[in-house]
Amino acid sequence: MSGSAIIFKNVSRHFGELKAVDDVMLEIVDGEFFSMLGPSGSGKTTCLRMIAGFDRPTAGQIFLFGEDVSNLPPYDRPVNTVFQDYALFPHMTVDQNIGYGLMIKKVSKEERVKRVDEMLDLVRLPGFGHRKPSQLSGGQRQRVALARALINHPRVLLLDEPLGALDLKLRQQMQVELKNIQQQVGITFVFVTHDQEEALTMSDRIAVFSEGRVEQVGSPAEVYEHPSTPFVAGFVGTSNLVEGEMAKRITGSESKFSIRPEKIHLSAADQKIGTDMFSVDGKVRDVVYLGLYTRYLVELAGGGDLVVVEQNLNTTSMEVMKARGQKVRLLWKKEHVRYVGGHDA
Amino acid sequence: MMLNRLSTFLYQRPKLVLGLLLLPPLIWFVVVYLGSLSTMLLNSFFYLDGFTGQVVHQFTLQTYLKLLDPTNLQIFSRTTLMAALVTIACIFIAFPLSYYSARFASRRMKTFLYLAVTLPLWSSYVVRVYSWKLILAQEGIISWFARLAHLDGALNWYLNLPLLGGPSLSVSSTGIFLVFVYIWLPYMILPIQTALERVPKSLVEASSDLGANPSQTFLNVILPLAFPGVVAGSIFTFSLTLGDFIVPSLFGNSSFFIGKAVLTYMGTSGNIPLAAAFTMGPIVIMIAYLLLARRLGAFDAL
Amino acid sequence: MHSKKIPPPSGEHTSWGLKMSAFGALLFLHIPLWLIFIYSFTTETSAYTFPPPGLTFKWIPQAIANPDMQSSLVLTIRVATLATFTALILGTLAAAAVFRYDFFGKEAISFVLILPLALPGIVTGIAMRSAISLLLIPFSFWTIVIGHATFCVVTVYNNVLARFRRTSGSMVEASMDLGANSFQTFWHIVLPNIGTALLAGGILAFSLSFDEVIVTTFTAGQQQTLPIWMFSQMLKPRNRPITNVTAMLVVLITALPIILAQRLTAQTTDTEGEKS
Repeated sequence: MSGSAIIFKNVSRHFGELKAVDDVMLEIVDGEFFSMLGPSGSGKTTCLRMIAGFDRPTAGQIFLFGEDVSNLPPYDRPVNTVFQDYALFPHMTVDQNIGYGLMIKKVSKEERVKRVDEMLDLVRLPGFGHRKPSQLSGGQRQRVALARALINHPRVLLLDEPLGALDLKLRQQMQVELKNIQQQVGITFVFVTHDQEEALTMSDRIAVFSEGRVEQVGSPAEVYEHPSTPFVAGFVGTSNLVEGEMAKRITGSESKFSIRPEKIHLSAADQKIGTDMFSVDGKVRDVVYLGLYTRYLVELAGGGDLVVVEQNLNTTSMEVMKARGQKVRLLWKKEHVRYVGGHDA
Repeated sequence: MMLNRLSTFLYQRPKLVLGLLLLPPLIWFVVVYLGSLSTMLLNSFFYLDGFTGQVVHQFTLQTYLKLLDPTNLQIFSRTTLMAALVTIACIFIAFPLSYYSARFASRRMKTFLYLAVTLPLWSSYVVRVYSWKLILAQEGIISWFARLAHLDGALNWYLNLPLLGGPSLSVSSTGIFLVFVYIWLPYMILPIQTALERVPKSLVEASSDLGANPSQTFLNVILPLAFPGVVAGSIFTFSLTLGDFIVPSLFGNSSFFIGKAVLTYMGTSGNIPLAAAFTMGPIVIMIAYLLLARRLGAFDAL
Repeated sequence: MHSKKIPPPSGEHTSWGLKMSAFGALLFLHIPLWLIFIYSFTTETSAYTFPPPGLTFKWIPQAIANPDMQSSLVLTIRVATLATFTALILGTLAAAAVFRYDFFGKEAISFVLILPLALPGIVTGIAMRSAISLLLIPFSFWTIVIGHATFCVVTVYNNVLARFRRTSGSMVEASMDLGANSFQTFWHIVLPNIGTALLAGGILAFSLSFDEVIVTTFTAGQQQTLPIWMFSQMLKPRNRPITNVTAMLVVLITALPIILAQRLTAQTTDTEGEKS
């Protein structure tokens, strides 16, 4: 049974006029993989630093396992951090880096050696103990940073965009590994990233940040399928946002809605429209072939355009390119439309 | 643990930590250094009673007026002239070396040259001054060389010149001049080199691409950009010459330079006010020089 | 058609004149020092005859055994050590304050610290002397040390500040995150990383103090540091060989630390402690 690991109660962090974090309320459940997602400057890293203790809220309170930690320095909190630049100590070996927390707590040398070796195995770097950080690759340093944090058995692990410096293949590999380690170790992970795909891949729940506020908190599916604000709709996955007169033509009302590109079918110009579907006619203006799928930009008959994405199940690049300039009918199920709330992104 | 509690206490009070860090050096400098400078300034407004030989702590400008005596004015002008000549000579001797080191030397050569210039700079000042005592002595290497090259007649003629010569090179204005140039040369080499290194190669190439021959490029592109370095170096040579008393003492005759005058007034006659007033001279000159140098962009090359 | 004359790339365009003037300047800088070495071995006792009539090693043990030379050397070392120690503390404190905090008058700090070196030594000397006599403090070993420490601070300050700026800030946070309080972090993380900067700054401060003569003349009482002793010897024609040998030994002894200090602060390709 898990309780709350972290609670943010009306937390704000102001830098003079700038509201880096603006009245944030959050509850992070013990044992979950929680991501804080948003563009740069949205406040997610500041929130992370406040959990770690490197920054103090200007207003509000932060609770760790029920305890108000506003006055606790970082070294008294049951939290450890994996930094964006890894922050490995250059004058120490990998062994000494990983064992640092234990050394500070005066754990015996034998115990330390044992646990460091266990950690090296966990992050799949056995035998690397004697090397120095300058002799490691980016991915290896990242794993050492992870080991160094986990060895102290923190109750919460904070990760500040740890995969940012890695190339794509390595990133995807590490995403899977991190998720596995989290499930193996069983502690709460709070993960900051600006990459929505990463958040969707790894998280149990996501908090989407924008300009210091939390726009939405939910599971990846919820946030993707049911975005509650236009910002979330646009930031998590691509989306078409339709409003005003264009919306009226399609749905009959002017309410702003979002429709995911992959939910739209590109059909022949005279395709029959089912009763459970919306439709609109247009002409294909641009085709981008992306291997797995093709992206079409369709100019609508009455003005405006929509992005449509279709998997290339049976089509080749030559064939999809022919679509350019053709008249098409766009169809999608009414239930896939998401009406998004009042405030603009 | 006690240290933990103290650490947390300090962690929550960054302003206190700033105070603890800043206060010792700040107090030291304000009290010891700035305090001394103000005392000196203060002293220059006192005067020495000729009869009692005591310093009278009363505000007056008569000490400063003493500076306008012809002998004192001569001291100032002599020293300033020497400083200017030394500066010019240093510029001419330093420039080729700096230029070569900045633009043509390979990486290894550069490190070697850098060490070759800084080693004399950091090795003992007194020793380096002393070495010229050996060189300029009547029986020393220059005379030996002059005899060898049959130039001793010329050397003697030179020594008989009124202002420049003296009983021997070792006791003459020329001697003083040579030693000053030698001592301060590294201070001129380094800033010029830094300034020259900052001239991007692309500018030189653009200049020749636009049709300028090498000397035109040098005069129009490189030299103006190296100028701040020259000014920066000149600050050192000028300032150091103004205040020095060691070299004139060792190589000079009875004619005084500022440094020597200050030392004499300070020591033998106990005339602290006059010594202080005298010192204000170099300070004022240097401040004016520094302001001029800043206008000319010298501080970027320091 | 008239083809444009292509000038050779600047790297090849070294005229002999330039090379000769450059190395001429270099020789000008170094020959006097070499001459001292030669004169240390001359058999001539009262003049600076060139070329030296004969060569001998006997002056070296005599110089080393000279009691005045020894006492002034000891004094110089004591002064330099104490001044360096003080400068290390004050310089590091100031560098830490300037690096980590923003405060009113921050830019002025660097300026004030360098003043003792930037203004002619005679200014500092006179200023201190007038202050000391005004306060009726006797001139002593301690007044010398205070003077030296004042102009030595800036060498430590510059070195340590530059090193602070080159180290990654998140290391301190990482250390605290892993359970170390400020003092432990300082000891385990900060100190090792600024260690060589402290060493280099300290070496430079020591050399500066060891060699200083102008300010010392004004702040000393009857004591003679080595440079002052050598200076007084130069004004007296006796004991020339002793002075020569002392001079040579001083050059040799000061050369090594300087090279060492330069190595320690050289910006190499080594990325340890640098921001990635």
